[in-house]
Order: sequence, then C-alpha cells, then structure tokens
Amino acid sequence: MKRNIANWGNYPVIESDDESFVFEDQLDALIQKEQSFIARGNGRCYGDASLAERTISTLKFDKILSFDTANGIFECQSGLTLDQILTVIVPAGWFLPVTPGTKFITIGGGLASDVHGKNHHVDGSISNHVIEMDVVLASDQVITCSADLHPDLFEATLGGMGLTGVISRVKLRLKKIATSLIRQKQIKAENLQELIGLFEEYKDYTYSVAWIDCLKKGKHFGRSILMLGEHAAVADLPEHQKANPLKLPKNKQLNFPFSMPSWVLNKFTVKAFNFLYYSKNFKKEINNLVSYEPFFYPLDAVLHWNRLYGKSGFVQYQFVLPLDAREGLIEILHRIADEGLGSFLAVLKVFGKQESMISFPKEGYTLALDFPVRTGLLEFLDELDAIVLKYKGRLYMSKDARMKPEMLVAGYPELEKFKRIVKKYNPDGKIRSVQSDRLLITAEN
Amino acid sequence: METVLILGATSDIGIAIAKKFAAEKYNIQLAARKPAQLEPLQSDIKIRFAVECDLLAFDALQYHTHSLFFENLKPKPDITISIFGVMDEEDQAFDDWDITQRMINTNYTGAVSILNIAAKYYIKRKSGTIIGISSVAGDRGRASKLIYGSSKAAFNAYLSGLRNKCFDANVHVMTVKPGFVYTRMTENMPLPKLLTSTPVQVADLVYNGFAKKKNTIYIKWFWRYIMLIIKNIPEFQFKKMKL
Repeated sequence: MKRNIANWGNYPVIESDDESFVFEDQLDALIQKEQSFIARGNGRCYGDASLAERTISTLKFDKILSFDTANGIFECQSGLTLDQILTVIVPAGWFLPVTPGTKFITIGGGLASDVHGKNHHVDGSISNHVIEMDVVLASDQVITCSADLHPDLFEATLGGMGLTGVISRVKLRLKKIATSLIRQKQIKAENLQELIGLFEEYKDYTYSVAWIDCLKKGKHFGRSILMLGEHAAVADLPEHQKANPLKLPKNKQLNFPFSMPSWVLNKFTVKAFNFLYYSKNFKKEINNLVSYEPFFYPLDAVLHWNRLYGKSGFVQYQFVLPLDAREGLIEILHRIADEGLGSFLAVLKVFGKQESMISFPKEGYTLALDFPVRTGLLEFLDELDAIVLKYKGRLYMSKDARMKPEMLVAGYPELEKFKRIVKKYNPDGKIRSVQSDRLLITAEN
Repeated sequence: METVLILGATSDIGIAIAKKFAAEKYNIQLAARKPAQLEPLQSDIKIRFAVECDLLAFDALQYHTHSLFFENLKPKPDITISIFGVMDEEDQAFDDWDITQRMINTNYTGAVSILNIAAKYYIKRKSGTIIGISSVAGDRGRASKLIYGSSKAAFNAYLSGLRNKCFDANVHVMTVKPGFVYTRMTENMPLPKLLTSTPVQVADLVYNGFAKKKNTIYIKWFWRYIMLIIKNIPEFQFKKMKL
C-alpha cells in the first residue's frame, strides 16, 4: 500500500510501498518482485538514503541469534534496534563497541551507514567491530562476508547505504563493561581555540564530544561545552549501587506531541536556548556519574524531537575536515554565525584515523548541525559545500538529503571502486534509493 | 515454572504472545507447520528471557496427528493458546470450494480438534487454561467476511461452550476478539489508526486478561461496543448495508 514516508529530518517525503518480512523466505519473495527497492530500518538516517518508491522494512526481522556472554560475541538479525540490544547485553556486562547519538537505529542501518560515536578516536567506527554479516543480493542469493570472506562485498557494504544488498544477519564483537554508569566530565570552553586545546589535552578519554554555540561572535566565537566520559568501574560507584552495578536505566520518556510552527525557531529563540544550555553548567568543570542513557542518548529522552523543526522538516549537515584544516572549520562557523541560521545542536568531534572505501569518518574535525528547511537553505548549504571542498573535506551520506553528485565524487576518492562493486553485486540496479539515484551511484547521468 | 503452548507461532500475534509470556517467565512451546522457521525466535526467547523454548511441528489440518502431538508434549503445557487461522480473499473463497474448506477447517475444525484434546487433559487434571484467538468478525456475519467471519463465529460458540463445560473442573477458557491489528497480513490494507492495535498491544492485553481470568476480551476494548451496535442493527436493515 502506498503511503508517505520520510526519515528523521522529515525531508524529503516520498510516497512509498513499504513491506516487511519475518522469515527469510518472505524476504526472498519481496526481493523477487519486479520493482526496484531499498531496505529500510527504523528510518533514523536523516535524509533520503533509505527512501524509494518501494522499501523493504527490516523491523520485523529482529531476532537475537546467539550471545556468547563469556567472550562478548553477539549475533542477530539486522532489524534489531540498538535499544533492544542494550537491554540484553548491559545486564550481562557488555556494551556496544560503537554507538551513535540515538539508540533507535537498527543494527543493519548502523552498518549500512558505518556509524561512529564519541569514541571514534579510540575505537573507530562500527565496521571495526563486525566479525561477519550476511548480505542478501538482488538475485536473492545470500552471501556471508567478512574481512576475509568476499572482502569486497564486506567493505562496500559497510557505509554503502544498502546498495550492495540487504544486510540480514550481523555478528559483532562487544565491549566489556563493569558497570552501566559513565564517569562524566563536562568542561566549558570560552571559545573555539580553547575547545580545540581541550580536545587535544583530553584525547586519552574514551568518549569525547562538544556542543558548540554557533551564533556567538567576537571573543566568545565558538563557545562550547566539552563532554568527556569513561565507563565507570565498580569502585567508582556509591555504596548503595555497588550491589547491582549493571542495572538498566529506568525508562523515562517524554513525547514531543506535535510539530512546532516554523516561526517559533528563529535567531532569537535559538540564541536564548544556547544561552540557557551554556549557562546551565554553572561551574567551569563538572564531574559526575551518570547512567549511559543521558550520556550517549540525551535526545532519545524526547520521542519525536524532530517535530521541533516543524512540518517542513530539517536537514542535518555533517562534514569532516582534515586536522590541518582548522581555518576551514572557523570559516564555516563564521558563515553560519553571519547567516544567523544556527541550530540548537552543533556537535563537534575529533575523528581518529580510518581507512575505508565509502565510510564517512576520516581523521579530522567533524561538525554536525541541524537547519530547518526554509527558502534559501539549499543555496546556503551549497556555499558551505564549497568551503568543505576547498579544505578537502566531505559530507556524511546518512545525514544528506541534498548534496550534488560532484560533492560526493570530490569527497570520496574510492567512489569509482565502490560503484564497481555495487555494479558487481547489484548489476541491474534493482536495489536503489532516492539518494543513490540523486548522487548518480545507481543512475547514470 | 509453568509452560505455555503456542499453536500457530509464526504469525505476528503468535510471536508477540510468545515473547510476552516468556517475559513473564513462562517456558514456551512454539508449534507451527514449519518449526525450523522459528529457530531465530527460539534463540531470541532463550537469550532475552532465560526460559526454555521448544519447537514443535503441528499442522492444524492434520487432525489425526493431534492426539499424538499432545501426548508427546514434554512437559504438558499449563496454558494452551490457539492462534492459527487463515484469512483468504473472500471473493476467491466464494468461487473456490477448496479455499473455503481450508479456511473453515483451519479456523474452526482444526482448532476444535486440538482444543478438545487439551481440554480433556485439563479437565482430568482439574487445572489449566485455554485461550482462543478469534476475531470480532465472528460477532455478526457480513458479506465482506463471509467465510472467515462464519468460521470465527463457530469458533466463538465453541469457546463459550467449552468454557461452560470446563467450569466445574476449574479450567479457564478465554476468548480473545481482536479488531484490526497491524500485521504482515494487513500491511496492504488502509486501517483506521484509532481502531487498530499492534501485535505487542494484543499480547499485553491477552496476558492481562489471562492473569485476571477474563472470559472474553475485545482488543481494543471499545470494539466490544462497536460490535454491540453492529449486532443490534435489525437484520432487515443490516442486509442492505455494505460493511
């Protein structure tokens, strides 16, 4: 049945046939239908990567297949969400080796985007922790791949936005934890320069990320809060918590009940929000013990927070610039401050080294910003693209809904190789998305 | 720990009910025509809920196998839940006797065959619970659900009779009548959001109804009143309506 679907940014909205499967033979039957399709998980990528006229939902393909609690090896079907995985692994003393800022993604979607987290500079992206996976091709053949087995398929599927086939089974190596709590340190930085110094100073912390107020100019340009964390040891816990150190956090959830009218978000309200957010940390430095939920998933506490940006939706813009391109970062932040288009959330992170074919992360600074969709936005983002290109940066396909194909070509030096592998496993382009056609990965110009 | 037998465990509702009872610390027996399909669900239930979970081959239409099937259950279930059923396209069924017969034989005859066996065992033992997942479609016959509705009407009558028969033996029989449910079977139908429940909601309400020893539950609850209205439309009027 045709219905309108959109991903997390609510932009664009596409009329799509969305069908699900519980068993492998049902997936085969869906793949064998004539019409082209893309696999879709929980729709938490922001743009048009998992949109198409026909989508195959993996959400009912969500069973846990094995869990070796002694060695932390976890195997499941691809439609399982990180949220569900955590409820099983945390009480057993394990954690996701890498997690993005929301736990409401499926593991299959996470691999297709090769997601990164606050520990990228230490642990790399999720692809570093995948032991093997099954990919169901457009021919409905199932291929098990790993770093040694069909390595070309393995590499092109991690970060490949679902274009090689449908990821159906995943086997991951987990991270050992002693408690479900995080030792958190928050430090306020007066400006961008101080922040960059702090990132350097605290680079040994496993988790680090900073929130930046993009609207500040002058000597407070780039004022920010750096958030650092380590998994707490049992010894770090207060006495009353020591008996049950791996307790799951209580489920407290708010719901954003309706789409906010778009006029509510403007330069003044965002400035006020940023002021409050920055000032809530009264002291220069805060050290405390928090559950993993607020540390990793602060926004998950408000369901449907994307409605904040109104019915017309928003675009998330995430780029990475090499470490030596700090002026590029400054130039982009200035452009945003001048335009007054700042978002509630501007998140800065330093990536460690990563060599991969089509994944987004590479060593450097990555900044993610939300922009409500309004007239002039697309032109403005094109201007930002030009700056990103000038400094040899690139954009994250999982967030993207609007970049031009040239931008992808310039940012991803192994794109041609990736396209060749997609062509090998998906020869007729039966698996394709609005994004892959827009970026000319599956469509020819 | 008590054991639940789930007959027809491959449906979305069957999977949700299995997970719900497992979460409430019941051991689970999953029965289906192709039990190998259920291996992922079996591992999932064992890992998530740390309960026993067995897979069993069961075909509702092979009546002659039902006695042996029940006899071989180890342990014997304390709760038997019948979920299997088919809902074919009614126009096709009207044209094709094989489809009509299969629908009746699955939804009614097959259910009676296996539940009679379970009931006899529970009556003898003087304890046990039987839960039948039926449908609001059985509350009144109408053209758009001609065969399906009548098979469910028969099943409803059977369950209420069985409840009566088992009462003195302390055996509880619960009839479950879901309205619209979002499942793979209905994903190509436009369903009214307010009237439609998810398989997880169905499972939660089935468990609550079981825990409170309800006789008949509607899912969602207001379907009871919707069906009350529908049942009270005079036949001379009803026969002219397109429902």
